[in-house]
Amino acid sequence: MRPMDVAITGIGVMAPGGLGREAFWDRVLSGRAATRRVTFFDPAGFRCQVAAEADFDPAAHGLTPQEVRRMDRAAQLAVAATDEALADGGLDLSELDPGRTAVTVGNAVGCTTGLEQEYRVLSDDGRQWSVDHTFAVPQLYGYLVPSSIAAEVAWRAGAEGPASVVSSGCTSGIDALGQAAELLAEGSADVVVAGSTDAPISPITMACFDAIKATSTYNDDPEHACRPFDRGRRGLVLGEGAAMFVLEPTARARRRGARIYARILGYAGRANGFHMTGLRADGREMAEAITAALDQARLNPQDIDYVNAHGSGTRQNDRHETAAVKTSLGERAHEVPMSSIKAVVGHSLGAIGSIEAAACALAIERGAVPPTANLRERDPECDLDYVPLTAREQRVDAVLSVGSGFGGFQSALVLAAPDKAAA
Amino acid sequence: MTGLAARTADTAPTAVFTGIGVTAPNGVGTEDWWAATLAGKSGIDEIGGFDARTYPSRLAGEVKDFDAAEHLPARLVVETSRMSHFALVATAMALDDAAVDPASTPEYTMGVVTANASGGAEFGQRELQKLWRGGPRDVSPYMSIAWFYAATTGQISIRYGMRGPCGVAVAEQAGGLDALGQARRVVRSGAALVVTGGTDSSLSPAGFVSQLPTGLLTTVTDPLRAYQPFGTEASGYVPGEGGAILVLEDAAAARRRGAGRPYGELAGYAAAFDPRPGSGRPPALARCLRTALDDARLRPEDVDVVFADGHGTPGHDREEARALAEVFGPHGVPVTVPKTMTGRLYAGGGALDAAAALLALRDQVVPPTVHVTRPDPGHGLDLVLGQPREIPLRTAVVVARGHGGFTAVTVLRRTG
Repeated sequence: MRPMDVAITGIGVMAPGGLGREAFWDRVLSGRAATRRVTFFDPAGFRCQVAAEADFDPAAHGLTPQEVRRMDRAAQLAVAATDEALADGGLDLSELDPGRTAVTVGNAVGCTTGLEQEYRVLSDDGRQWSVDHTFAVPQLYGYLVPSSIAAEVAWRAGAEGPASVVSSGCTSGIDALGQAAELLAEGSADVVVAGSTDAPISPITMACFDAIKATSTYNDDPEHACRPFDRGRRGLVLGEGAAMFVLEPTARARRRGARIYARILGYAGRANGFHMTGLRADGREMAEAITAALDQARLNPQDIDYVNAHGSGTRQNDRHETAAVKTSLGERAHEVPMSSIKAVVGHSLGAIGSIEAAACALAIERGAVPPTANLRERDPECDLDYVPLTAREQRVDAVLSVGSGFGGFQSALVLAAPDKAAA
Repeated sequence: MTGLAARTADTAPTAVFTGIGVTAPNGVGTEDWWAATLAGKSGIDEIGGFDARTYPSRLAGEVKDFDAAEHLPARLVVETSRMSHFALVATAMALDDAAVDPASTPEYTMGVVTANASGGAEFGQRELQKLWRGGPRDVSPYMSIAWFYAATTGQISIRYGMRGPCGVAVAEQAGGLDALGQARRVVRSGAALVVTGGTDSSLSPAGFVSQLPTGLLTTVTDPLRAYQPFGTEASGYVPGEGGAILVLEDAAAARRRGAGRPYGELAGYAAAFDPRPGSGRPPALARCLRTALDDARLRPEDVDVVFADGHGTPGHDREEARALAEVFGPHGVPVTVPKTMTGRLYAGGGALDAAAALLALRDQVVPPTVHVTRPDPGHGLDLVLGQPREIPLRTAVVVARGHGGFTAVTVLRRTG
């Protein structure tokens, strides 16, 4: 496996309860959930009526009226996060070689919000199977093909290198960063604008999760609807958002004197080859991915100071990943703090892996571990230190972040402080 | 780690194609499709899957006479959409062709990387209709796993117990080649075998109508004259469905298991993106071609044939022809567009063209471009028109360009 040493030099985040990097970080440290009764549509009749919605106004983030019209919400969130990351990274875009600037955007469900809105008109709320083409709006094709999101980001960054959407479901946000790091490691780009976005809070996606009973039914207590690792957990809560990064080889970042939040040193993905939504209790494939990512980073389990859990709050996930972390980290699993920020910002599908990576990078830079909100009574089957309710100030030199998703995909990312040496 | 050996860049393994499976509008099954392609048989016709008579575009490359239930377990058919049906059937063919037994191959050494452009359109439309006519409780539990872009990769991984690195590339028509490039990265990171390629199907009424606003689909209704890339009568393209799945292996691992002669090596790959509209900067393709050739350590004069993107709209055709002339010289290399027989298959297109290029290398014959009545002499292309051309072939270049500016190039090289 080729070594990777990639610097995160710019961060932009658009998350529920935290629009902008600093607001996001304050929110996840506070442990105050941004989950609420759905306001984007009337959720009456749905099994789950709670989501983590972002109060995001694209115009307030600099998008023009035509850009707002052209882009689905997922693209709008990505572009706003890209603008913040580019400004934060201190890149002089005019000095970049456009052909050596790449874009990698993770995304699970595309422009589903825009597609559903337009489908309702085309079909007259499902009355017509042979839909009426005279109601097709200009932006409809961009909604059908989610590659349009990567195109918007590339235009924003003036990037003309490799560009693509990475769409491996709920691990997309980790996989996009891993693939971006691979592009840099193999020398296919000097800079990658990478991250992920999703805006799935629409009736069809809520109905999908209803149908498989994956989402929480704490409708009468929206702020405590997602309870990772808690005995009373009832499922995940959908969220939305985006996180984008400026990534470059660490040596390049040092040469230009850039501030380095953290470095990406290892990435690996495995598949359980078992079930599209089911997880094997032993967490074997996630453990494999963790071990491979640590090997690539040349770090030992002892080096890991914080584990950012997938922690979706479903019964099977939290058990599964507890087993995976025990298998892969051994004794260290019982010592290292491991938390989930999903109780606060929800599960934004393809976006969450990058949003969590932003939390990891900030944890390293600022020496604090975000808490698992809403964890009041630990499930006896989940017997690790999940940092309940309250953030901890501590030195964080190396972090493991994991993700698990439909299709059986399991991904792991290893981040480290700028001065962290290999084991 | 189980089975994935660490490797360094300077010992990067050679990635070779050892299996091909095809589900295309002009043929299901690799050899049937290839024979049809050499014979110039087109699968473009009036849309039969739904009533398109009121739409301004009425043609498509549909995969007809394809019954997924003849090839796949009933439960799998129900829980997947048509795009995945094509991929699952093609995967079975490709693994059979490569004589691979996944059950006896170490699980973490097998990966899956497919491309997808638009998700399971017909499955999605059906469930959206149920939601808006009946309510959320009418939505199928399979909707959550059937329509999304990762469905195909996930189902292939599960069906064959392939537990190594997986991925899904989304870059409209360019994605089919991006998947091959990502698959090669997975092989170079230590995997023995990757199932790769792409399939798509967006031919439901809502999926089809969603394509109309680009204004890039032809409104010509004669299937023999509708899609004419690089022709003076170029009027837009015809969409299609289906694609190809390929088996890409570490050449040394393939030799060790006693695999037959590979179809060819994935010797070069590059991706790029066009400049922002209105920037006045040149399109990415010429640069991308050079990068891919550099990656393969080859020069333009080493290339024996180009499988062009062949968009079929005058502006795109001009851009592509200019880039080909810039890199290979005017009339410098035979160029062909067999997708004139299938329409543009989106994520399936690049993969199907790669399959055609590999078979061209095997049989030393360039498949023809059909239906182009008068090639535009201004393009300066040596277009292989009407009949296949038998010439010595060692190296083939495949180009794919995706809506918005996505650009990908692969260089395929005959082995042995």
